[in-house]
Amino acid sequence: MAASSTGEYIKHHLGNLTYGQLPAGYERTCHGHEQTLTESTWTFACNGQEAVDMGFMAFHVDSLAWSGGLGILMCLLFWLGARKASAGVPSGFMNFVEVIIGFIDTQVRDSFHGKSKLIAPLSLVIFCWVFLMNLMDLIPVDFVPKTFEWVMVTFAGWDAHEAYFKIVPTTDPNITLSMSITVFFLIIFYSLRSKGLGGFIGELALHPFNAPNKLAMVILIPINLVLETVSLLAKPVSLGMRLFGNMYAGEFVFILAAAMLGTWQAVGAWPWAVFHILVITLQAFIFMVLTIVYLSMATEEH
Amino acid sequence: MNINLTLIGQAIWFALFVAFCMKFVWPPISRALEERKQKIAEGLSAADRAERDLELAQEKATANLKEAKEKAAEIIEQANRRANQIVEEAKDQARTEGERLIAKAQSEIEQEVNQAREQLRKEVSALALNGAEKVLGGEINRDTHKQLLDQLAAEL
Repeated sequence: MAASSTGEYIKHHLGNLTYGQLPAGYERTCHGHEQTLTESTWTFACNGQEAVDMGFMAFHVDSLAWSGGLGILMCLLFWLGARKASAGVPSGFMNFVEVIIGFIDTQVRDSFHGKSKLIAPLSLVIFCWVFLMNLMDLIPVDFVPKTFEWVMVTFAGWDAHEAYFKIVPTTDPNITLSMSITVFFLIIFYSLRSKGLGGFIGELALHPFNAPNKLAMVILIPINLVLETVSLLAKPVSLGMRLFGNMYAGEFVFILAAAMLGTWQAVGAWPWAVFHILVITLQAFIFMVLTIVYLSMATEEH
Repeated sequence: MNINLTLIGQAIWFALFVAFCMKFVWPPISRALEERKQKIAEGLSAADRAERDLELAQEKATANLKEAKEKAAEIIEQANRRANQIVEEAKDQARTEGERLIAKAQSEIEQEVNQAREQLRKEVSALALNGAEKVLGGEINRDTHKQLLDQLAAEL
Protein backbone atom coordinates (compact mmCIF):
# COMPACT_ATOMS: atom_id res chain seq x y z
CA MET A 1 0.00 0.00 0.00
CA ALA A 2 1.39 3.39 -0.92
CA ALA A 3 2.20 5.86 1.81
CA SER A 4 -0.48 8.41 0.88
CA SER A 5 -3.19 5.83 0.59
CA THR A 6 -2.06 4.31 3.87
CA GLY A 7 -2.61 7.73 5.42
CA GLU A 8 -6.00 7.99 3.79
CA TYR A 9 -6.88 4.51 4.95
CA ILE A 10 -6.01 5.29 8.55
CA LYS A 11 -7.80 8.64 8.48
CA HIS A 12 -10.86 7.03 7.03
CA HIS A 13 -10.91 4.43 9.75
CA LEU A 14 -10.69 7.09 12.43
CA GLY A 15 -13.66 9.07 11.15
CA ASN A 16 -17.17 8.70 12.47
CA LEU A 17 -20.36 8.47 10.48
CA THR A 18 -21.63 11.96 11.31
CA TYR A 19 -25.13 13.24 10.90
CA GLY A 20 -25.35 16.95 11.53
CA GLN A 21 -26.34 20.42 10.53
CA LEU A 22 -24.45 22.29 7.82
CA PRO A 23 -24.97 26.05 7.75
CA ALA A 24 -26.66 27.91 4.88
CA GLY A 25 -24.32 28.90 2.07
CA TYR A 26 -22.04 25.95 2.69
CA GLU A 27 -20.27 24.71 -0.43
CA ARG A 28 -19.80 20.99 -0.61
CA THR A 29 -18.90 18.22 -3.01
CA CYS A 30 -20.88 15.19 -2.14
CA HIS A 31 -21.97 11.95 -3.85
CA GLY A 32 -20.12 13.10 -6.92
CA HIS A 33 -21.67 16.54 -7.45
CA GLU A 34 -21.05 20.04 -6.19
CA GLN A 35 -23.73 22.10 -4.48
CA THR A 36 -24.17 25.20 -2.39
CA LEU A 37 -26.66 24.85 0.44
CA THR A 38 -29.40 27.47 0.31
CA GLU A 39 -30.43 26.89 3.90
CA SER A 40 -28.98 25.10 6.93
CA THR A 41 -29.41 21.39 6.35
CA TRP A 42 -29.27 18.20 8.46
CA THR A 43 -27.30 15.64 6.49
CA PHE A 44 -24.54 13.02 6.65
CA ALA A 45 -21.02 14.45 6.45
CA CYS A 46 -19.26 13.40 3.27
CA ASN A 47 -15.77 13.96 4.61
CA GLY A 48 -13.83 14.85 7.71
CA GLN A 49 -13.91 18.57 7.01
CA GLU A 50 -17.69 18.60 6.83
CA ALA A 51 -17.89 16.74 10.12
CA VAL A 52 -15.71 19.43 11.67
CA ASP A 53 -17.77 22.22 10.09
CA MET A 54 -20.97 20.79 11.55
CA GLY A 55 -19.66 21.84 14.95
CA PHE A 56 -21.64 20.84 17.99
CA MET A 57 -24.88 20.23 16.11
CA ALA A 58 -24.02 16.72 14.96
CA PHE A 59 -24.40 13.11 16.02
CA HIS A 60 -21.97 10.28 15.58
CA VAL A 61 -24.55 7.85 14.28
CA ASP A 62 -22.23 4.85 14.34
CA SER A 63 -21.12 5.41 17.94
CA LEU A 64 -24.64 5.96 19.17
CA ALA A 65 -26.05 3.02 17.23
CA TRP A 66 -23.39 0.59 18.41
CA SER A 67 -23.41 1.77 22.00
CA GLY A 68 -27.20 1.74 22.07
CA GLY A 69 -27.39 -1.65 20.39
CA LEU A 70 -24.86 -3.17 22.73
CA GLY A 71 -26.57 -1.58 25.71
CA ILE A 72 -29.93 -3.01 24.64
CA LEU A 73 -28.32 -6.41 24.14
CA MET A 74 -26.83 -6.22 27.61
CA CYS A 75 -30.13 -5.17 29.18
CA LEU A 76 -31.92 -7.96 27.34
CA LEU A 77 -29.50 -10.61 28.54
CA PHE A 78 -29.68 -9.46 32.12
CA TRP A 79 -33.43 -9.09 31.91
CA LEU A 80 -33.71 -12.70 30.75
CA GLY A 81 -31.49 -13.62 33.69
CA ALA A 82 -33.59 -11.56 36.08
CA ARG A 83 -36.78 -13.24 34.94
CA LYS A 84 -35.34 -16.67 35.67
CA ALA A 85 -33.82 -15.59 38.98
CA SER A 86 -34.94 -17.72 41.88
CA ALA A 87 -33.62 -18.93 45.19
CA GLY A 88 -33.37 -22.45 43.79
CA VAL A 89 -30.41 -24.08 42.07
CA PRO A 90 -29.19 -21.89 39.22
CA SER A 91 -28.19 -23.42 35.92
CA GLY A 92 -26.39 -22.49 32.74
CA PHE A 93 -26.93 -18.89 31.74
CA MET A 94 -28.29 -17.99 35.16
CA ASN A 95 -24.96 -19.02 36.69
CA PHE A 96 -23.15 -16.63 34.40
CA VAL A 97 -25.47 -13.74 35.26
CA GLU A 98 -25.15 -14.46 38.96
CA VAL A 99 -21.36 -14.56 38.78
CA ILE A 100 -21.33 -11.09 37.24
CA ILE A 101 -23.91 -9.73 39.67
CA GLY A 102 -22.02 -11.22 42.59
CA PHE A 103 -18.73 -9.79 41.35
CA ILE A 104 -20.21 -6.29 40.97
CA ASP A 105 -21.96 -6.56 44.32
CA THR A 106 -18.66 -7.42 46.04
CA GLN A 107 -16.92 -4.49 44.41
CA VAL A 108 -19.67 -2.09 45.45
CA ARG A 109 -19.82 -3.39 49.01
CA ASP A 110 -16.04 -3.16 49.35
CA SER A 111 -15.82 0.49 48.34
CA PHE A 112 -19.19 2.06 48.93
CA HIS A 113 -20.41 2.04 52.50
CA GLY A 114 -23.48 4.21 52.18
CA LYS A 115 -26.91 2.99 51.18
CA SER A 116 -27.95 3.56 47.62
CA LYS A 117 -30.22 1.76 45.20
CA LEU A 118 -28.43 3.38 42.29
CA ILE A 119 -24.76 2.51 42.75
CA ALA A 120 -24.96 -1.24 42.18
CA PRO A 121 -27.02 -1.17 38.95
CA LEU A 122 -24.96 1.78 37.79
CA SER A 123 -21.77 -0.19 38.30
CA LEU A 124 -23.29 -3.19 36.56
CA VAL A 125 -24.22 -1.12 33.53
CA ILE A 126 -20.83 0.61 33.40
CA PHE A 127 -18.83 -2.58 33.65
CA CYS A 128 -20.82 -4.71 31.24
CA TRP A 129 -21.63 -1.99 28.77
CA VAL A 130 -18.10 -0.60 28.57
CA PHE A 131 -16.80 -4.14 28.31
CA LEU A 132 -19.08 -4.90 25.39
CA MET A 133 -18.22 -1.63 23.65
CA ASN A 134 -14.53 -2.28 24.14
CA LEU A 135 -15.00 -5.82 22.87
CA MET A 136 -15.89 -4.47 19.43
CA ASP A 137 -12.21 -3.66 19.18
CA LEU A 138 -11.48 -7.35 18.61
CA ILE A 139 -13.56 -7.55 15.45
CA PRO A 140 -11.15 -7.18 12.51
CA VAL A 141 -11.04 -3.49 11.65
CA ASP A 142 -12.34 -3.75 8.09
CA PHE A 143 -15.02 -6.32 8.67
CA VAL A 144 -18.01 -4.16 9.50
CA PRO A 145 -16.88 -0.85 7.85
CA LYS A 146 -16.34 -2.55 4.50
CA THR A 147 -19.75 -4.21 4.72
CA PHE A 148 -21.32 -0.87 5.53
CA GLU A 149 -19.40 0.76 2.68
CA TRP A 150 -20.62 -1.88 0.25
CA VAL A 151 -24.23 -1.42 1.36
CA MET A 152 -24.06 2.39 1.07
CA VAL A 153 -22.29 2.32 -2.29
CA THR A 154 -24.68 -0.26 -3.71
CA PHE A 155 -27.98 0.97 -2.35
CA ALA A 156 -27.54 4.66 -1.47
CA GLY A 157 -25.20 5.78 -4.23
CA TRP A 158 -22.50 7.02 -1.89
CA ASP A 159 -18.84 7.17 -2.82
CA ALA A 160 -16.74 4.58 -1.03
CA HIS A 161 -14.63 7.20 0.76
CA GLU A 162 -17.75 8.92 2.08
CA ALA A 163 -18.86 5.90 4.09
CA TYR A 164 -17.25 6.41 7.48
CA PHE A 165 -18.00 3.75 10.04
CA LYS A 166 -16.47 3.09 13.44
CA ILE A 167 -17.76 0.19 15.46
CA VAL A 168 -15.91 0.75 18.73
CA PRO A 169 -17.94 3.41 20.56
CA THR A 170 -15.31 3.80 23.28
CA THR A 171 -12.80 5.08 20.75
CA ASP A 172 -15.08 8.09 20.41
CA PRO A 173 -14.31 10.68 23.13
CA ASN A 174 -17.93 11.81 23.02
CA ILE A 175 -19.02 8.45 24.33
CA THR A 176 -16.49 8.14 27.14
CA LEU A 177 -16.74 11.77 28.19
CA SER A 178 -20.50 11.60 28.13
CA MET A 179 -20.41 8.73 30.59
CA SER A 180 -17.81 10.33 32.80
CA ILE A 181 -19.70 13.63 32.84
CA THR A 182 -22.84 11.78 33.83
CA VAL A 183 -20.83 10.25 36.66
CA PHE A 184 -19.56 13.74 37.49
CA PHE A 185 -23.12 15.00 37.89
CA LEU A 186 -23.84 12.05 40.11
CA ILE A 187 -20.80 12.98 42.22
CA ILE A 188 -22.16 16.52 42.63
CA PHE A 189 -25.63 15.17 43.38
CA TYR A 190 -24.40 12.75 46.02
CA SER A 191 -22.15 15.40 47.58
CA LEU A 192 -25.02 17.83 47.85
CA ARG A 193 -27.39 15.21 49.19
CA SER A 194 -25.09 13.94 51.91
CA LYS A 195 -23.35 17.16 52.89
CA GLY A 196 -25.71 19.90 51.82
CA LEU A 197 -24.74 22.95 49.80
CA GLY A 198 -22.77 24.49 52.67
CA GLY A 199 -20.90 21.28 53.36
CA PHE A 200 -20.03 20.85 49.71
CA ILE A 201 -18.74 24.40 49.32
CA GLY A 202 -16.96 24.13 52.65
CA GLU A 203 -15.21 21.03 51.43
CA LEU A 204 -14.08 22.90 48.33
CA ALA A 205 -13.00 26.01 50.24
CA LEU A 206 -11.53 24.73 53.50
CA HIS A 207 -9.44 21.80 52.28
CA PRO A 208 -6.66 20.84 52.03
CA PHE A 209 -5.22 23.94 53.79
CA ASN A 210 -6.86 25.17 56.94
CA ALA A 211 -5.77 27.48 59.73
CA PRO A 212 -7.23 28.34 63.11
CA ASN A 213 -6.45 32.02 62.46
CA LYS A 214 -9.42 33.66 60.69
CA LEU A 215 -7.26 35.91 58.53
CA ALA A 216 -5.02 33.09 57.42
CA MET A 217 -8.11 31.05 56.63
CA VAL A 218 -9.54 33.78 54.41
CA ILE A 219 -6.24 34.00 52.54
CA LEU A 220 -6.14 30.21 52.11
CA ILE A 221 -9.70 29.93 50.80
CA PRO A 222 -8.96 30.97 47.17
CA ILE A 223 -5.98 28.62 47.04
CA ASN A 224 -8.13 25.78 48.32
CA LEU A 225 -10.90 26.62 45.87
CA VAL A 226 -8.52 26.48 42.93
CA LEU A 227 -6.92 23.20 44.05
CA GLU A 228 -10.18 21.47 44.92
CA THR A 229 -11.98 22.63 41.81
CA VAL A 230 -9.18 21.34 39.66
CA SER A 231 -9.16 18.02 41.44
CA LEU A 232 -12.96 17.82 41.20
CA LEU A 233 -12.96 18.56 37.48
CA ALA A 234 -10.02 16.25 36.88
CA LYS A 235 -12.19 13.31 37.95
CA PRO A 236 -14.56 13.21 34.97
CA VAL A 237 -11.90 14.27 32.51
CA SER A 238 -9.40 11.63 33.61
CA LEU A 239 -12.15 9.02 33.86
CA GLY A 240 -13.35 9.63 30.33
CA MET A 241 -10.00 10.29 28.72
CA ARG A 242 -8.37 7.22 30.27
CA LEU A 243 -10.89 4.91 28.68
CA PHE A 244 -10.85 6.79 25.41
CA GLY A 245 -7.04 6.93 25.27
CA ASN A 246 -6.60 3.24 25.93
CA MET A 247 -9.19 2.15 23.43
CA TYR A 248 -8.13 4.67 20.80
CA ALA A 249 -4.53 3.56 21.06
CA GLY A 250 -5.57 -0.08 20.87
CA GLU A 251 -7.75 0.56 17.86
CA PHE A 252 -4.96 2.56 16.26
CA VAL A 253 -2.56 -0.36 16.50
CA PHE A 254 -5.11 -2.63 14.84
CA ILE A 255 -5.67 -0.10 12.05
CA LEU A 256 -1.95 0.33 11.61
CA ALA A 257 -1.48 -3.43 11.39
CA ALA A 258 -4.28 -3.63 8.86
CA ALA A 259 -2.89 -0.73 6.82
CA MET A 260 0.63 -2.14 6.70
CA LEU A 261 0.03 -5.87 6.60
CA GLY A 262 -3.20 -6.15 4.64
CA THR A 263 -4.52 -9.69 4.98
CA TRP A 264 -1.48 -10.62 7.06
CA GLN A 265 -2.92 -8.55 9.90
CA ALA A 266 -4.56 -11.76 11.06
CA VAL A 267 -1.07 -12.91 12.05
CA GLY A 268 0.44 -9.53 12.86
CA ALA A 269 -2.36 -8.21 15.03
CA TRP A 270 -3.00 -11.47 16.83
CA PRO A 271 -0.54 -10.93 19.73
CA TRP A 272 -1.91 -7.43 20.19
CA ALA A 273 -5.45 -8.78 20.20
CA VAL A 274 -4.54 -11.26 22.92
CA PHE A 275 -2.95 -8.52 24.97
CA HIS A 276 -5.88 -6.27 24.23
CA ILE A 277 -8.33 -8.67 25.84
CA LEU A 278 -6.67 -7.69 29.10
CA VAL A 279 -6.94 -3.99 28.31
CA ILE A 280 -10.60 -4.31 27.38
CA THR A 281 -11.55 -5.97 30.65
CA LEU A 282 -9.23 -3.88 32.75
CA GLN A 283 -10.47 -0.57 31.39
CA ALA A 284 -14.09 -1.54 31.93
CA PHE A 285 -13.20 -2.60 35.46
CA ILE A 286 -11.24 0.59 36.18
CA PHE A 287 -14.06 2.77 34.94
CA MET A 288 -16.47 0.98 37.23
CA VAL A 289 -14.24 0.95 40.30
CA LEU A 290 -13.35 4.61 39.96
CA THR A 291 -17.01 5.49 39.62
CA ILE A 292 -17.77 3.64 42.84
CA VAL A 293 -14.80 5.23 44.60
CA TYR A 294 -15.70 8.75 43.46
CA LEU A 295 -19.29 8.28 44.56
CA SER A 296 -18.31 6.86 47.91
CA MET A 297 -15.92 9.79 48.39
CA ALA A 298 -18.81 12.10 47.58
CA THR A 299 -21.03 10.56 50.26
CA GLU A 300 -18.45 10.24 53.01
CA GLU A 301 -17.16 13.02 55.24
CA HIS A 302 -13.46 13.61 55.11
CA MET B 1 -12.70 13.68 17.30
CA ASN B 2 -15.27 16.39 17.29
CA ILE B 3 -17.20 16.99 20.45
CA ASN B 4 -20.87 17.25 19.57
CA LEU B 5 -24.41 16.18 20.39
CA THR B 6 -23.23 12.59 20.66
CA LEU B 7 -22.44 13.57 24.25
CA ILE B 8 -26.11 14.14 24.97
CA GLY B 9 -27.22 11.08 23.02
CA GLN B 10 -24.88 8.81 24.90
CA ALA B 11 -25.94 10.33 28.23
CA ILE B 12 -29.55 9.49 27.34
CA TRP B 13 -28.62 5.89 26.50
CA PHE B 14 -26.67 5.70 29.74
CA ALA B 15 -29.58 6.98 31.81
CA LEU B 16 -32.00 4.61 30.09
CA PHE B 17 -29.87 1.54 30.66
CA VAL B 18 -29.13 2.41 34.27
CA ALA B 19 -32.82 3.06 34.92
CA PHE B 20 -33.74 -0.24 33.27
CA CYS B 21 -31.21 -2.21 35.30
CA MET B 22 -32.23 -0.39 38.46
CA LYS B 23 -35.84 -1.37 37.95
CA PHE B 24 -35.88 -4.73 36.20
CA VAL B 25 -32.48 -6.37 36.59
CA TRP B 26 -30.77 -5.69 39.87
CA PRO B 27 -33.62 -6.02 42.39
CA PRO B 28 -34.95 -9.45 41.32
CA ILE B 29 -31.50 -10.99 40.97
CA SER B 30 -30.10 -9.60 44.19
CA ARG B 31 -33.30 -10.59 45.99
CA ALA B 32 -32.95 -14.11 44.65
CA LEU B 33 -29.31 -14.26 45.73
CA GLU B 34 -30.24 -12.97 49.17
CA GLU B 35 -33.03 -15.50 49.48
CA ARG B 36 -30.72 -18.30 48.46
CA LYS B 37 -28.13 -17.18 50.98
CA GLN B 38 -30.80 -17.28 53.68
CA LYS B 39 -32.04 -20.63 52.46
CA ILE B 40 -28.55 -22.10 52.61
CA ALA B 41 -27.99 -20.70 56.08
CA GLU B 42 -31.29 -22.19 57.20
CA GLY B 43 -30.37 -25.50 55.63
CA LEU B 44 -27.04 -25.56 57.42
CA SER B 45 -28.58 -24.73 60.78
CA ALA B 46 -31.25 -27.37 60.19
CA ALA B 47 -28.53 -29.91 59.48
CA ASP B 48 -26.78 -28.92 62.70
CA ARG B 49 -30.02 -29.25 64.59
CA ALA B 50 -30.71 -32.63 63.04
CA GLU B 51 -27.26 -33.84 64.02
CA ARG B 52 -27.85 -32.72 67.58
CA ASP B 53 -31.26 -34.38 67.56
CA LEU B 54 -29.74 -37.58 66.27
CA GLU B 55 -27.16 -37.52 69.04
CA LEU B 56 -29.88 -36.97 71.63
CA ALA B 57 -31.98 -39.76 70.17
CA GLN B 58 -29.03 -42.12 70.22
CA GLU B 59 -28.33 -41.27 73.83
CA LYS B 60 -31.96 -41.87 74.66
CA ALA B 61 -31.97 -45.15 72.80
CA THR B 62 -28.88 -46.31 74.66
CA ALA B 63 -30.45 -45.36 77.98
CA ASN B 64 -33.67 -47.18 77.09
CA LEU B 65 -31.77 -50.27 76.08
CA LYS B 66 -29.83 -50.26 79.32
CA GLU B 67 -32.98 -49.85 81.36
CA ALA B 68 -34.67 -52.65 79.48
CA LYS B 69 -31.72 -54.94 80.09
CA GLU B 70 -31.77 -54.17 83.80
CA LYS B 71 -35.48 -54.80 83.98
CA ALA B 72 -35.14 -58.09 82.13
CA ALA B 73 -32.37 -59.20 84.50
CA GLU B 74 -34.52 -58.28 87.46
CA ILE B 75 -37.48 -60.20 86.08
CA ILE B 76 -35.33 -63.25 85.46
CA GLU B 77 -33.96 -63.11 88.96
CA GLN B 78 -37.42 -62.75 90.40
CA ALA B 79 -38.61 -65.71 88.37
CA ASN B 80 -35.65 -67.79 89.59
CA ARG B 81 -36.38 -66.84 93.15
CA ARG B 82 -40.03 -67.75 92.73
CA ALA B 83 -39.13 -71.08 91.17
CA ASN B 84 -36.78 -71.91 94.04
CA GLN B 85 -39.48 -70.94 96.46
CA ILE B 86 -41.98 -73.19 94.73
CA VAL B 87 -39.54 -76.07 94.76
CA GLU B 88 -38.85 -75.50 98.46
CA GLU B 89 -42.54 -75.37 99.22
CA ALA B 90 -43.14 -78.55 97.25
CA LYS B 91 -40.31 -80.26 99.12
CA ASP B 92 -41.71 -79.16 102.47
CA GLN B 93 -45.16 -80.31 101.54
CA ALA B 94 -43.83 -83.64 100.33
CA ARG B 95 -41.86 -84.10 103.53
CA THR B 96 -44.80 -83.34 105.80
CA GLU B 97 -47.04 -85.51 103.70
CA GLY B 98 -44.54 -88.31 103.93
CA GLU B 99 -44.22 -87.89 107.67
CA ARG B 100 -47.96 -87.85 108.04
CA LEU B 101 -48.26 -91.04 105.97
CA ILE B 102 -45.54 -92.70 107.99
CA ALA B 103 -47.20 -91.68 111.26
CA LYS B 104 -50.52 -92.98 110.05
CA ALA B 105 -49.04 -96.24 108.94
CA GLN B 106 -47.25 -96.65 112.28
CA SER B 107 -50.39 -95.99 114.24
CA GLU B 108 -52.27 -98.49 112.10
CA ILE B 109 -49.54 -101.02 112.62
CA GLU B 110 -49.62 -100.34 116.34
CA GLN B 111 -53.32 -100.69 116.39
CA GLU B 112 -53.17 -103.98 114.53
CA VAL B 113 -50.42 -105.18 116.80
CA ASN B 114 -52.54 -104.33 119.81
CA GLN B 115 -55.52 -106.03 118.31
CA ALA B 116 -53.49 -109.07 117.49
CA ARG B 117 -52.04 -109.02 120.97
CA GLU B 118 -55.50 -108.71 122.43
CA GLN B 119 -56.77 -111.57 120.37
CA LEU B 120 -53.78 -113.66 121.15
CA ARG B 121 -54.21 -113.00 124.82
CA LYS B 122 -57.80 -114.02 124.57
CA GLU B 123 -56.95 -117.10 122.69
CA VAL B 124 -54.14 -117.92 125.10
CA SER B 125 -56.41 -117.39 128.09
CA ALA B 126 -59.05 -119.54 126.44
CA LEU B 127 -56.48 -122.20 125.67
CA ALA B 128 -55.13 -121.93 129.16
CA LEU B 129 -58.58 -122.21 130.55
CA ASN B 130 -59.40 -125.18 128.37
CA GLY B 131 -56.16 -126.80 129.38
CA ALA B 132 -56.78 -126.17 133.05
CA GLU B 133 -60.37 -127.45 132.75
CA LYS B 134 -59.05 -130.58 131.16
CA VAL B 135 -56.46 -130.91 133.93
CA LEU B 136 -58.67 -130.12 136.80
CA GLY B 137 -61.79 -131.46 135.26
CA GLY B 138 -64.67 -129.25 135.89
CA GLU B 139 -63.46 -127.82 139.09
CA ILE B 140 -62.74 -124.62 137.68
CA ASN B 141 -65.73 -122.62 136.98
CA ARG B 142 -65.42 -119.96 134.45
CA ASP B 143 -67.52 -117.67 136.48
CA THR B 144 -65.86 -118.25 139.75
CA HIS B 145 -62.40 -117.90 138.46
CA LYS B 146 -63.17 -115.17 136.10
CA GLN B 147 -61.18 -112.65 138.07
CA LEU B 148 -58.18 -114.94 138.09
CA LEU B 149 -58.44 -115.67 134.42
CA ASP B 150 -58.66 -112.05 133.51
CA GLN B 151 -55.62 -111.32 135.62
CA LEU B 152 -53.81 -114.06 133.81
CA ALA B 153 -54.88 -112.85 130.44
CA ALA B 154 -53.66 -109.33 131.31
CA GLU B 155 -50.29 -110.63 132.32
CA LEU B 156 -49.84 -112.36 128.96
